[in-house]
Amino acid sequence: MSFKRLWAILKARNLEFFRDRSAFGWNFLFPFLLVAGFAIIFGGKTYTEYKVGVFPSASEQVSIERLNIPQRFKEMNYLKFLGFPDAAQGLEKLKHHRIDFLLQTGNEPHQYWVSDSSPKGYVVEQMFKASLIPPEGEPNAEKKEIQGLAIRYIDWLFPGILAMNMMFSALWGVGYVVVRYRKNGVLKRLKVTPLTAFEYITAQAISRIFLLMFTLVIVWTGCDLIFSFRVQGSYIDLFVIFFLGSLSLTALGLVLASRGTSEEFTTGILNFISWPMMFLSEVWFSLEGAPGWVKSFAKIFPLTHMLTAARKIMHDAAGLIDVGPQIMILSLMTLAFLTLGAALFSWNK
Amino acid sequence: MQPILEVKNLVKKYKQVVAVDGVSFALAPGVCFGLLGPNGAGKTTTIEVVEDVIPPTAGEIFYKGAARTSSFREEVGIQFQSTALLNFMTVRETLETFQSFFNTTAALDELVKLCQLAEFLNQYNDRISGGQRQRFLLALALINRPELLFLDEPSTGLDPQARRNLWDLIRKIKAEGKTIILTTHYMEEAQYLCDEVAIMDYGRIIAQGSPDALIRRYSRGKTVVIPVDRLAPIPEGFPLPVRMVKDNVEIKTDDVNQCLEQLINHGVELSDITVRSPNLETVFLNLTGRKLRE
Repeated sequence: MSFKRLWAILKARNLEFFRDRSAFGWNFLFPFLLVAGFAIIFGGKTYTEYKVGVFPSASEQVSIERLNIPQRFKEMNYLKFLGFPDAAQGLEKLKHHRIDFLLQTGNEPHQYWVSDSSPKGYVVEQMFKASLIPPEGEPNAEKKEIQGLAIRYIDWLFPGILAMNMMFSALWGVGYVVVRYRKNGVLKRLKVTPLTAFEYITAQAISRIFLLMFTLVIVWTGCDLIFSFRVQGSYIDLFVIFFLGSLSLTALGLVLASRGTSEEFTTGILNFISWPMMFLSEVWFSLEGAPGWVKSFAKIFPLTHMLTAARKIMHDAAGLIDVGPQIMILSLMTLAFLTLGAALFSWNK
Repeated sequence: MQPILEVKNLVKKYKQVVAVDGVSFALAPGVCFGLLGPNGAGKTTTIEVVEDVIPPTAGEIFYKGAARTSSFREEVGIQFQSTALLNFMTVRETLETFQSFFNTTAALDELVKLCQLAEFLNQYNDRISGGQRQRFLLALALINRPELLFLDEPSTGLDPQARRNLWDLIRKIKAEGKTIILTTHYMEEAQYLCDEVAIMDYGRIIAQGSPDALIRRYSRGKTVVIPVDRLAPIPEGFPLPVRMVKDNVEIKTDDVNQCLEQLINHGVELSDITVRSPNLETVFLNLTGRKLRE
């Protein structure tokens, strides 16, 4: 292996990334916009909003104080009331799951409609029934407070968004770019030089990992200045996990980049891999309560292990030893992907 | 003298399609060898197999008398028919990057001067004109001081002026003693640049030799062209065979003097006549019954 050739191609790839202003800017802007957007929408909290339709009402906007419905139901959290002129219009919305619950205003006995197939409707129904129980009839239960600092939704979400950005950047920045280079003949031109396939893919991987870590530091610092994330564990440990994660994702990108000249086909494959990975790796929501096979399936993705480890460090003050299983899995995945990518790599087909 | 490159019975098949069918040739050091033929004749496939871009189906290739090794890529220069380069890099940066790939390299200043790159050296490599691009790609092919240079359709798409400049440049490179193998479908290019030409059609070499020898062998005689209004109607008893081609009358002859004498005897005005010598286009036409660019 020649370090001179490796350095030359590494430098060329980095120049390309930094000079492509639009792609460069988007790499930083995209995660920042996502985090900012979620912070604005949820105000730093996570909750599920239940929509309750009430009729008759002259307008969609209703004044909760003036509504003739049980007082305790009005006072419940996470409910949003929407007005309808008549039952027919409310039922139409209920049928299409635009609202979760429909209630006729007026005195007892109250009339309500709910879809049997709607889980949210069921929850609102239980809330409504509970609001009708007089205070003296409430079951005897004592509320206990959670000890320590509560984890804000934005703190939970942020590593997911960063990891998701890394995933897209690694898969597309390596997989798609190399296939494009193969299609337009750049790889063919490089093939007839002494540059070896190993030197080329190593340079691609190093370049992408450097860019991923560079982006991570910039985006983290920028977002942290605004949202003040709470990291219970060590920043160095967190960096190690993100580094290992970016290594495995880049190696996966190299597998995708190893063959093919069709950008359309590669786009399909990239989507086929990245979308399930995004949804099943707990970027946006927890898989707690999901069927066992879904949880098991999610473990084939490096993103799952990177996020599990990152969140443990961030929220539970875990150290590298605590996240040892994730480190081992990420390392093995990286090794497997690199071996496969190198074995399959072709300059021109 | 040992050939610098020798190709023996080269075959390249793509499933049922035979792109190259038993091609053999040998190149003495310092010659410019041209593969001439229409599009689809198998020129590019032949050259790419020899360049080690694609594997052959059968046949042998020897470089300096031995099978090609990893040092082959250090010692040859290649310019593809169409190629893309690393994006967002200037011409200078691209040259420097390619320079880093090789052990032996040409000085950048020398290449800039030879290929006239100075005026666009700091421009991005995809923001230059067609003529500039071909000169730049030629400089890239020369970056490792190659002994053997492959040029695949080097002047395709260039305007006549840019093409003529490129030919002069290739002649300069040839004068330095480098061996050149080029493909082209321009007979003027082959005639102007090549010491030896192999005419290819349907994956085979159908004729090979120097341009002059090929013309002498496959296209004897000259053509006298007379505007039709100078000879119409064709005089009765005119002794030479004539044929109408658009607005001209063409007479093929081995003896131009005798032909002109006959024309004068029949009172034909000679001031607008043209005497055309045969060329490689004529050779191809005579060999295949088709024009090179049909």
